[in-house]
Amino acid sequence: MSRKIYLDNAATTRVKKEVIDEMRSYFDEMYGNPSSQLYELGRKSKEAIENARHTVAEFINADDKELYFTAGGTESDNWAIKGVAFANKKKGNHIITTKIEHHAVIHTCEYLEKFGFETTYLDVDKHGMIDLEQLKSSIRPETILISVMYANNEIGTIQPIEKIGEIAHEHGIIFHTDAVQALGGVRINVKKQHIDLMSMSAHKVGGPKGIGGMYIRKGVKIDNFIHGGGQERGKRAGTEGVQNIVGFGKAIELVQRDFDEHVEKLTAMRNKLIEGITSNIPDIVLNGHPTARLPNNVNFSYRYVEGESILLLLDMEGISASSGSACTSGSLDPSHVLLATGLDHGTAHGSIRFTLSEETTEEDIDFVIETMKKIIEKLRKISPLNK
Amino acid sequence: MYTETVMDHFRNPRNVGSIENPDGVGQVGNAKCGDIMKIYLKINNDIVEDAKFETFGCGSAIASSSMATELIKGKSINEAVELSNKAVVEALGGLPPVKIHCSVLAEQAIKSALYDYAQKNNKVIKGLENYKPEDEEVSCH
Repeated sequence: MSRKIYLDNAATTRVKKEVIDEMRSYFDEMYGNPSSQLYELGRKSKEAIENARHTVAEFINADDKELYFTAGGTESDNWAIKGVAFANKKKGNHIITTKIEHHAVIHTCEYLEKFGFETTYLDVDKHGMIDLEQLKSSIRPETILISVMYANNEIGTIQPIEKIGEIAHEHGIIFHTDAVQALGGVRINVKKQHIDLMSMSAHKVGGPKGIGGMYIRKGVKIDNFIHGGGQERGKRAGTEGVQNIVGFGKAIELVQRDFDEHVEKLTAMRNKLIEGITSNIPDIVLNGHPTARLPNNVNFSYRYVEGESILLLLDMEGISASSGSACTSGSLDPSHVLLATGLDHGTAHGSIRFTLSEETTEEDIDFVIETMKKIIEKLRKISPLNK
Repeated sequence: MYTETVMDHFRNPRNVGSIENPDGVGQVGNAKCGDIMKIYLKINNDIVEDAKFETFGCGSAIASSSMATELIKGKSINEAVELSNKAVVEALGGLPPVKIHCSVLAEQAIKSALYDYAQKNNKVIKGLENYKPEDEEVSCH
């Protein structure tokens, strides 16, 4: 029982050794405040931040000055939506987003509704894909922001970001995308894809927790988010978490270095797991898109059984995964994402997500398939539903 | 998050399955809420000779069904009807607050199966005189 297989990499990832090595000296050697420019210790910190900024900006084809560091993906989403809404409220009060966004986006939009903003939540099809025609017909003269996530955290569906960006810009609307899950799994080019604002997080790509980024295209009208000193050009004040920024930069450097090989390996592994589960377990539904999906995402619903029971049995075999069942979230309903794809509640309760990493091996995949087969058989024997 | 007793009853649930020609059957919950419990009873001379269950639900729902069936086996129907969700929780060594509804479901499933037995045999079980199975469906927790 010593085997441990971590397949919840969409929740968070192990911080890579090279990242920790890079961060280490910024705790006790180069600990200067980057705002203290009159001595070397401070200048070293500032230089480290700017190097990391360059690495991250280059990776998404942004200019260094368009990249801001934040405390993470949730903060970036909050900033993008509130910042654009309040800065552009004279122009309009309408926001378009989707029913499958992360709560960092949905709850922020709901908050803005208290201030007179209106939100349209776009539907998705059974694969979790939005309809571009519905997007177009939802645009009003007072629409100021379109926020559509790049790739979904639960089902891995990748949206047609470039087309959404084109539509937004044809109408002079600001386009934000939450790319927290997409970063490292797909090639992002903010200029080519007409992205104005983009949220990122380090801990999903082998970096530390508590640090993220936001791309803000030059010229986009957005309010400053954290008021205070002049850090991040006054837009996001507060002494920078230098060691975290350094870690984020290093993580992206590694993602960049291994990108093609990484995506190819994960995709093969993902397909092996999808095929293995499909051919070994009956009465299942693949959640998400068959091809336009993140290279590390596998999400199935297993009819007649409930997700928390599956997770507990997986844990006993040393396998970590997650579920869209209400029982695992402490809420009344199963995942809003699964319900938006049209799954009934019962089937949504039986969903399990596996998200792979470069540490995942072929043997792990074989073991997971074999274990899932046993678990589902066991729970279905207990269940009154498939009789 | 779960006690050892809960995990034991979840891992190795007692009394899983159905009973052929049961003397009483009760089903509560629904798939929308994420848990369904079905209890089968074999009753002889008003004694619960055997109890089996089938459950769709989380770990604590399965453990609650297992424990509840254990607690009523060998009991008279008048004793079985008094089984409370609190007794199930205590026997399990406790449940997290958000999972208490699982024990409520187990209590209701047993009452529903006993009611079914009483209906079929023109009996009145003390405590179930005014029982209406449809009223006992717990709403989503």
